[in-house]
Amino acid sequence: MNHFPQTWGRPRDDVYGAYDHSHFQTAGPQQHTQSPIVTGTSVVAAKFKDGVVIAADNLASYGSLARFTDVKRIRKFNDQVVVGFGGDVSDMQYLDRLLNSLDVRENYSTTETPLNAKNLHTYLSKVMYKRRSDFNPLWNHLLIAGLDGESKPFLASADLLGTTFAAPTLATGFGAHLAQPILRRTVPDEASVQNVSKDEAVRLVKECMKVLFYRDARSLDKYSIAVITKEGVELKQDEKLENQSWAFAEGIRGYGTQVN
Amino acid sequence: MTSIGTGYDLSNSVFSPDGRNFQVEYAVKAVENGGTAIGIRCKDGIVLALEKLITSKLLKPGANKRIATVDRNMGVVSSGLLPDGRHFVSRARDEAAEWRRLYKSPTPTSALANRMGSYVQMYTLYSSVRPFGVTAIVGGWDSEAELPVDGQVGSGPKVGSGGKKDGAKYGGPFLYMIEPSGLYWGYYGAATGKGRQIAKSELEKLSLSEGNLSLEEGVKEAARIIYVAHDDNKDKDFELEMTWVSSLDGPTKGRHEEVPKELREEAERLAKKALEGDDDDDDDEKMEE
Repeated sequence: MNHFPQTWGRPRDDVYGAYDHSHFQTAGPQQHTQSPIVTGTSVVAAKFKDGVVIAADNLASYGSLARFTDVKRIRKFNDQVVVGFGGDVSDMQYLDRLLNSLDVRENYSTTETPLNAKNLHTYLSKVMYKRRSDFNPLWNHLLIAGLDGESKPFLASADLLGTTFAAPTLATGFGAHLAQPILRRTVPDEASVQNVSKDEAVRLVKECMKVLFYRDARSLDKYSIAVITKEGVELKQDEKLENQSWAFAEGIRGYGTQVN
Repeated sequence: MTSIGTGYDLSNSVFSPDGRNFQVEYAVKAVENGGTAIGIRCKDGIVLALEKLITSKLLKPGANKRIATVDRNMGVVSSGLLPDGRHFVSRARDEAAEWRRLYKSPTPTSALANRMGSYVQMYTLYSSVRPFGVTAIVGGWDSEAELPVDGQVGSGPKVGSGGKKDGAKYGGPFLYMIEPSGLYWGYYGAATGKGRQIAKSELEKLSLSEGNLSLEEGVKEAARIIYVAHDDNKDKDFELEMTWVSSLDGPTKGRHEEVPKELREEAERLAKKALEGDDDDDDDEKMEE
């Protein structure tokens, strides 16, 4: 025993040789999330003249395994904002709790008007950008749907890089490739939003969910759909795809055992 | 107080030879000068009411609310030193947020009262601090429904979280009062501040323990009690501030909110009428309502 506390409890140098401090080093620099683990696929949304429709299926995949089949990826924030989450499910839970604490704090001042969709989109995009700047991104692509400060329909996205984008129709993940063109047929630009009724928009989004189920192997026929208008949020979480027809599958060639 | 001036009242955390902590007792004196605050535990909710004394004509009427919300389902009203009350609320909110962070569910009212009781009591232990100059009434509705865990994504097992007894009742209205010593009890009706004596005797008349008083009746009684307890001679102006928490199927859906303007004004009208009736025949007036 000597009077250097830093050597106490260590193997004695004179017996075991000099202590190799590299044993305490972890290999390489500190790493944050490099890829998502449990993921949700597309979120689809479209504006119509009185509000916004948003939908996402109820599946959380673990790689290619359909791991959880009752995961609700459309989250109501308040009576005028809904957030749809694509990407990592645990990061979605983190964001959900963050939004919950935001809502609790918001509730403390009774005089102020509630946060609208535009406010929430600004907030979330800053959260996403901050995290990517820390090299520790939240692995999500979010759609924020609802009403803005003037009670007009609002729809915008924020992704894991902090990128923001707004359009009359939006879709994340696989939907960005498969659903977006279908949505644009009905709602090509901001002006045409005025010609779309609630029923038309719901039908359009449901059609997209069906196409996505046909073509996206990481999707499910159970989904959640929310309609946000001035009357509030109408959220259904256990919808099932209707009128499926797999007749087209007969015509697909190039997979399986057939030769021609 | 014969032992005043013997030196045992100069420092916090020091007992006098007959076992008293004078600093705590002086804190109680500070509370006794504050506007009356009451809480009523009704069968389907909690009402909190406050006699907010107007200290200046230059203050905007209806602004500067004094009854605060903690989380979504609880309210805090206090009497005594206002900044101490605000610090109390701030701490209560932090405790509720920390509870959520740990347990991913809302704080039960009893747990918040317990945490705040411990916090207030710590301010009686050290000579470097003074006790809280407030008595706070904490009221809340603990959800009777099976709540999802915060951030829960799936539906979970169909049987629920388990660990529950069949037929047992869960959740409901809860009311606690925390004093400067850190002492807290659960109450059917709680009162503090200037008019507490009158308010307490009025609360006793309501036989709250029988559990018959409805929330709306509670609101009207709370307004009346604040008006009765108000001393016209000493304090001229006051504003009545009232909040409530109901069950999930009640008017506030389990949230702590301000009593709507219409209902509050109706309650105030009845309170004033009951006061005028007091002079000639008290009983008849009350029977009519």
